[in-house]
Amino acid sequence: MVNVSDSKNYKVIGTNPIRHDGYDKVTGRAIYGADVKLPGLIWASIVRSPNAHAVIKNVDTSEAEKIDGVFAVMTGKDLPQQEDQFIDHGEGTENVAWSSENIMATQKVLYKGHAVAAVAAIDRYVADYAASKVKVEYDLLDAVTNVEDATKEGAPILLDSLVGDHLRKKVKNTNVASITRHEFGDPDKAFANAENVVERTFTLQMVHQGYIEPHNATAHWDEEDRIKVWTSTQGAFPVRTSTAAILKLDVSRVKVTPLEIGGGFGGKIPVYLEPVVSILSRKSGRPVKAVMERSSVFQASGPAPGGTITVKMGTDKDANIVAAESSIKLEAGGFPGSAVGAAVQCIFAAYDIPNTRIDGFDIVVNKPKSAAYRAPGSPQAAFATETVSDELARIHGMDPIDFRLQNASKEGTRRADGVVFPKVGNVEVLEAAKKSDHWNSDLGTPAKGRVRGRGVASGYWFNVGLKSTVNLSVNSDGSVVLVEGSSDIGGTRTSISMQAAEILGIEVENFRPSVGDTETAGYADVTGGSRTTYATGFAAVKAAENLIEVLKDRCAIIWSLDKNDIDFEDGTFFASKDPELKFTFKELASNLDNTGGPAASSGSVDLESAGGAFGTHIVDVDVDTETGKTDIARYTVLQDVGTAIYPAYVRGQMAGGAVQGIGWALNEEYYMKDDGTQANVSYLDYRMPTALDLPNIETIIVEVPNPGHPFGVRGVGEVPICPPVGAIGNALHDALGKRFYDSPMKPGRILNVLGKISD
Amino acid sequence: MSIQKIHVKTTINGRPEEFLTDPYVSLLDALREIVGLTGSKEGCLDGNCGACTVSINGKIVDSCLVLAAEVDGQNLETVEGMATADGLHPLQQAFLEEAALQCGICTPGFLVAAKGLLDNEPDPSEERIRHWLAGNLCRCTGYENIIKAVKKVAENS
Repeated sequence: MVNVSDSKNYKVIGTNPIRHDGYDKVTGRAIYGADVKLPGLIWASIVRSPNAHAVIKNVDTSEAEKIDGVFAVMTGKDLPQQEDQFIDHGEGTENVAWSSENIMATQKVLYKGHAVAAVAAIDRYVADYAASKVKVEYDLLDAVTNVEDATKEGAPILLDSLVGDHLRKKVKNTNVASITRHEFGDPDKAFANAENVVERTFTLQMVHQGYIEPHNATAHWDEEDRIKVWTSTQGAFPVRTSTAAILKLDVSRVKVTPLEIGGGFGGKIPVYLEPVVSILSRKSGRPVKAVMERSSVFQASGPAPGGTITVKMGTDKDANIVAAESSIKLEAGGFPGSAVGAAVQCIFAAYDIPNTRIDGFDIVVNKPKSAAYRAPGSPQAAFATETVSDELARIHGMDPIDFRLQNASKEGTRRADGVVFPKVGNVEVLEAAKKSDHWNSDLGTPAKGRVRGRGVASGYWFNVGLKSTVNLSVNSDGSVVLVEGSSDIGGTRTSISMQAAEILGIEVENFRPSVGDTETAGYADVTGGSRTTYATGFAAVKAAENLIEVLKDRCAIIWSLDKNDIDFEDGTFFASKDPELKFTFKELASNLDNTGGPAASSGSVDLESAGGAFGTHIVDVDVDTETGKTDIARYTVLQDVGTAIYPAYVRGQMAGGAVQGIGWALNEEYYMKDDGTQANVSYLDYRMPTALDLPNIETIIVEVPNPGHPFGVRGVGEVPICPPVGAIGNALHDALGKRFYDSPMKPGRILNVLGKISD
Repeated sequence: MSIQKIHVKTTINGRPEEFLTDPYVSLLDALREIVGLTGSKEGCLDGNCGACTVSINGKIVDSCLVLAAEVDGQNLETVEGMATADGLHPLQQAFLEEAALQCGICTPGFLVAAKGLLDNEPDPSEERIRHWLAGNLCRCTGYENIIKAVKKVAENS
């Protein structure tokens, strides 16, 4: 671990306790969304479009309704009519009119898998059979599945209601939902005066988060017109907001209970099934459950956009980057709202560049509506920037890490879109990379028939703050119950408890943390934006500090002293003027009954900025020049995490994010057929990395504490997926002497670039 | 769809278990919906993710690809059978100690699969472990800590 700050003497932070939810998860006892059991529960099945683009002429549910065991059937017309209404979820804005139409189409289907009807029946087999009997008549339309085709003259228009915002001009009859421009300095003049200019255009394909647990939802619409929803989600409160808005109900009519969640990576923020099972429950009077089949998870949830990115960067004779320009065109999917805004914020963030221009295009295409995927937009952007950066370093004959260090953004650097960086760890990470064992090791010799190369790339994610609440209550045995509203996808119950434990001076094993539902926990925004350990942890610190105040009051009562004469240090309350009077936390907890009863506290935050974070990855690849297959020979992840609260899980995020990025770089893509439908809709064909595909991922934690958090936490989870695509492209260049501008860099593409096969 | 149900007599985690099932129901659904053992997870329903891994007569299978009716007379083991009154199975303990899970949805499948390996090959190489577990997908961890946990148990056995 590289610690560039003054070492703090923490007792809990930085340790690796067994996570609180661990026992339930290794024994199979943990209850995930699909595990919910309710009396009278029936199953839903969704009828989905086989076509990428079509007008719905008629939906005939009569045959399905006749089937024995069917309780209810619905179509999009059962959802309330909606006007445009925008909800901000922190990681993306939702237009309720479009999300309702995305959940179930009423007029047009915009991608294969778009839901058009649903059936509820006694079990999932009967429901699936009945769904197959729903007859839908379509008028087929031409489909467009990439940004180029969608923006051609005469391209089929997906959304008649879409009014594009093109540099603040309203434009109708377009697939371009928005065009934005961020400009600073005088890039044209700077390029004209630059010594070297490199301009490249990159293409990327849509990829999926690939969480192993499919989307699921269970709902019961009761006699008081209240809906109870059980689901696996990154945010129970946002599910409540979205479900209530789509069903046109007050939020207080919807109670959402978040179950354990089997991966999300941003993809389990939107709702897909919750309003559907709610309507089916209202119609049937039964609780209704739906579990999405894997092929529909691919075709009808929210993958990450592909698109086209052009990056142009210029340097002066001393290898200083003097100008940079980019045009980022991302696929929103069937409805507006790609990650292009975040891509704009991230694309040049690793560099200090005085003259910049960035154009962002959000373009609808006949693919599933894209959603957040781990640092949404940033991996795509980093592929482009980090490749061009690598080319410039080579032109200047420089070590690529030295080139990045010379041009690195740091505290005070103005990010291209206007934000000025507070204390960030970009330089410290690059310096650590330069000193790392990996960077200083010889490449070694690959197996016969293979060539090896090394690449490096950096990545950035801004991280978000947003709203969180933590409630604490003290048990008489000195343990503390912690209730939070943030979904725990990977150990945050523990990382949040650790922060409260540090403040209270007790062991984290004394905490009983849980994720509450929307009627037992205080409000929390989504688990996303790498915000949970940061923001909900911050709320836990506040709650713990408030609890100390409550407990000082109790000491004052017991000792008949003024509260101002009570001090707290290292888990002990004591009278400042009488050293004989003291209580450990546990002793005091057992004495609370005589002081006014239970002690409890709450802490809430609404944080604007979270302190962005940088990572640098080093990779050695082995390429088989006969087959084009690339293996990862060695991989090192370096990242500024601020302060590592729970290092084992920090490293887990770093390694896991890198591996998703490796899959993105080498294999993963939505492979589209000419009719606009996806060809690879199973894990067999959508090839994610397996244990056999990977070496150990080495992780080096760099700690540059975030001044905006009591313990210096920065978000961790998203940064590690940003560098891999660029790093692997650069390594392939080092191995083969050829540049790669298209992702994934799959065997066929490698053979193509080597001139061994044609397209 | 009134089809006569099939009576299945089986042994699950060492205890006799009988249930009635429709002939088209998968073993995974029967375990989860009829027997009530929801530890085996559904990830893909086409035998590619391994989240539903169980053992039949000591051999690991994807339970989504087996019909419930096929296990009549067979001996099944699921994740729920790994821990005993004496405590966790060493693999379960090692998964906790090595932070081998993040979201945990793939964990039951990995545990049952890893047990299937170590029961027959107590001292496998890392390459062998990685090969054996290639039928189980994890999207969170990057596998590293899972491999470490299995190696730790192999080395201590």
